[in-house]
Amino acid sequence: MKKITRILLSIFLAFSAGTMAQSDSATSDLNLDAYRQVNDFVDENESCFECHANTKYVLIDEFFGREIMQSMCKDKIVTRDEYYSMVHNSFACLDCHAYEYEEFPHPLEARLEQPYQCIDCHGYDENYAHFRFEDIEMEYMESVHAKGIENFSCWKCHDPHAYKLTIGADGTSISDGIAYNNDICLSCHSDFSRFELLTEREEINILETHDWLPNQATHFGSVRCIECHTSISDSTFVAHHVLSSDKAVKKCAECHSKNSILMASLYKHEAKESRRRYGFINGVILNEAYVIGANRNTFLSTIGIILFLATLGGVSIHIIARIIYKK
Amino acid sequence: MAKLSYHYPLSIRIWHAINALCILLLILTGISMYYVDPDRILIEFSWAVKIHNVTGVILSFSYLFFLIANAVSKNRKYYKMPLKGLMNRLVKQSGYYAFGMFKGEKKPFPLTEERKFNPLQKLFYVLAMYVGVPLVIISGLGLLFPESVIKALFGVSGILITDVLHVAMGFFISLFLVIHIYVSTIGHTKSANFIAIISGYGWIEETENETKSEE
Repeated sequence: MKKITRILLSIFLAFSAGTMAQSDSATSDLNLDAYRQVNDFVDENESCFECHANTKYVLIDEFFGREIMQSMCKDKIVTRDEYYSMVHNSFACLDCHAYEYEEFPHPLEARLEQPYQCIDCHGYDENYAHFRFEDIEMEYMESVHAKGIENFSCWKCHDPHAYKLTIGADGTSISDGIAYNNDICLSCHSDFSRFELLTEREEINILETHDWLPNQATHFGSVRCIECHTSISDSTFVAHHVLSSDKAVKKCAECHSKNSILMASLYKHEAKESRRRYGFINGVILNEAYVIGANRNTFLSTIGIILFLATLGGVSIHIIARIIYKK
Repeated sequence: MAKLSYHYPLSIRIWHAINALCILLLILTGISMYYVDPDRILIEFSWAVKIHNVTGVILSFSYLFFLIANAVSKNRKYYKMPLKGLMNRLVKQSGYYAFGMFKGEKKPFPLTEERKFNPLQKLFYVLAMYVGVPLVIISGLGLLFPESVIKALFGVSGILITDVLHVAMGFFISLFLVIHIYVSTIGHTKSANFIAIISGYGWIEETENETKSEE
């Protein structure tokens, strides 16, 4: 079967020798200089962006002089703004992609290339030691994604052309980070067209599977999916050991308590000094966050307990006096 | 001379019973949520949340009834607290509780047909019913519908401020409850006030002279 495919492909390539692609939109009005501030390969990358930054492109057959408008597959669109503001914004496209991609139509060998994984570049690299990619890799390998889904990779969650650091990164609010992170999960778990590419499972309705959760919208906007759906570990920035749904956190008190697991996950990197000195409450005041049961205002608690004890003391003294005076 | 009188009409007794039950449940579930600990469970968290929410809504309606009833009935007169001479009256009543009652002195402000509450009672009832309860209801509604609360005030989470207010008022109402129940034992007999709020019949003084002089 593979042999037949190759033969047909060779015939197709032979016929399409004079074929080229051209973007439908002009690039002259682009401010490429802004991108050059962060990337030395802007001009080289333009040969890719010319098509891949647009929703459509024109396929030209020079031999027969025909032109056909084609739409760019949604998953293959990479916007310049996103690309040049992501974590790997200094890269040339061909740093990660095979040189064969310079050919058009892209040869099958290139399209079936095995993409690099995070560990391939970052593993055992002192410059990235604080991210603990080795631990992330170990956690990931234990996850339901790695164990249960063939061909799953880092890039199924982390968009290689747009990935940004959020929680724990400078200048990112917790709420923005939560939304960004949850979008990663929802991009498959609430989009069946992507979900079915990786699994035979039936479509999941996130709202229905979480209907037990009180204040569902508030929870979805206030914590990341991974807070409950991973095995929290202290060794990594972000937990990657994604658990099966039956092992997800369901006990309210795991988050809503003084020893909230959120301390080891969502708020791990925030206001550490403040938390060390005063506990969770003061840390989360700085975070503008709030968790019932976990936010114990130590000042309020102390005042409350003192007043309560004073009241009980006063009542007790009065009772004793009434007993003595028989009133 | 004390006499047994129909002091608390049925509507007030039902309202009081609903309030009492709601506030007890709210305090218990509130403490369960505030001091939640997986190892020491008073009421399981999800149940505490459900009970607290439902009871809070019932209390809110009960408070609405209180406001409307006070607006349209004569019941509001019992809450009137003229500022003139207030301090003297409070000192007088406090002195009675602290010393006078042990010396066998007469009550400075005995209950009559016209006066259900002594000045100290009145102060705490007004604070509880017109400050504590409204604030705890408003902040409670804010926590029930967190999306309605402002995101931040002076850089501090709006919902956190709402919660601190809610918990502080919860503490205040809890203290009020302890004092309220204890002071209720200082009646004609130790159980007279409890019987009165259930049966409606309480012991009151026949004279009204002192009521007039107070207000």
